[in-house]
Amino acid sequence: MSLVARHLEENGIPTVVIATARDIVESAAVPRLLFVDFPLGAPCGEPWNAGQQSAVLEMAFRMLETASAPRTTVEAGLRWSKGQRWKDLIFTEEQPFLPGEAGEEWLKKKEAYRRMKAEGRI
Amino acid sequence: MTEPAPDAARPYVRYIDKTRAYYLSQGYEKPYAWANNASAPFTPLSKPLSASTVTLISTSEIAIKGDPRFDDDPETRAKGNVYDVPSATPAAMLYSRTQSYDRYATTLDDPNAYFPLDRLHEAVARGRLGKIAGNCLGVYNAYSQRKTVERDAPEVLGQCRAMGVDVAILVPV
Repeated sequence: MSLVARHLEENGIPTVVIATARDIVESAAVPRLLFVDFPLGAPCGEPWNAGQQSAVLEMAFRMLETASAPRTTVEAGLRWSKGQRWKDLIFTEEQPFLPGEAGEEWLKKKEAYRRMKAEGRI
Repeated sequence: MTEPAPDAARPYVRYIDKTRAYYLSQGYEKPYAWANNASAPFTPLSKPLSASTVTLISTSEIAIKGDPRFDDDPETRAKGNVYDVPSATPAAMLYSRTQSYDRYATTLDDPNAYFPLDRLHEAVARGRLGKIAGNCLGVYNAYSQRKTVERDAPEVLGQCRAMGVDVAILVPV
């Protein structure tokens, strides 16, 4: 996604990335990153919290208006309402990232990719 | 070591380090090479947001209920490509097929948490944005930075230009 933002920006379209994985986006280096310190899956605010979602978007709009140099990161400054334990547990044995069917689904996609690559279709 | 209280502040998650350690422990030897660049391009706004056409670009595998394009097909998703989601689609018709989210902490039941289309329409209604482009765009993860750069990114650019997009908001899930 960061690479798409870079390409658009190189070609004259301003972008803002709203993301939870700060290190990944900053490693790729984008023009503007609004970092929301929430679990993967809720970069634009907590589910069903329309007011917060609007506030997140408004921060992104302001970044578009005010950032003056690339690699600008703004922290949204929001705290996940159900505490911070998710940060300790993500990618642990206790909470496998892709358990059961989710893992099988991921493997299916990966196998399809390998097969198509071997057959020269991609 | 005492665990911090559940609501005590913690530094942000370092996903690059954390996933590397996690996948090593799962038996994958070769760590994923995340994109790494020393600089980034920059284009300032050319006109006020209230006069701009905005689109939303998502890697959340956003999909539309009842639309056959999203019938289960691991090949389509493995291939990586760009597809459109008409911006007039009601949020109640949207859902995400991604598995790459923290299922213990959150849900994907409210698309606006990762694909804030209703919130964008509201911003247009109150005059904060000019308008939303006819389509928002989904991009499947291509598993290959080269494919993203050489194929998907130019495709996104072409579609944005065709729709007269002035500004793009990108949301990885």
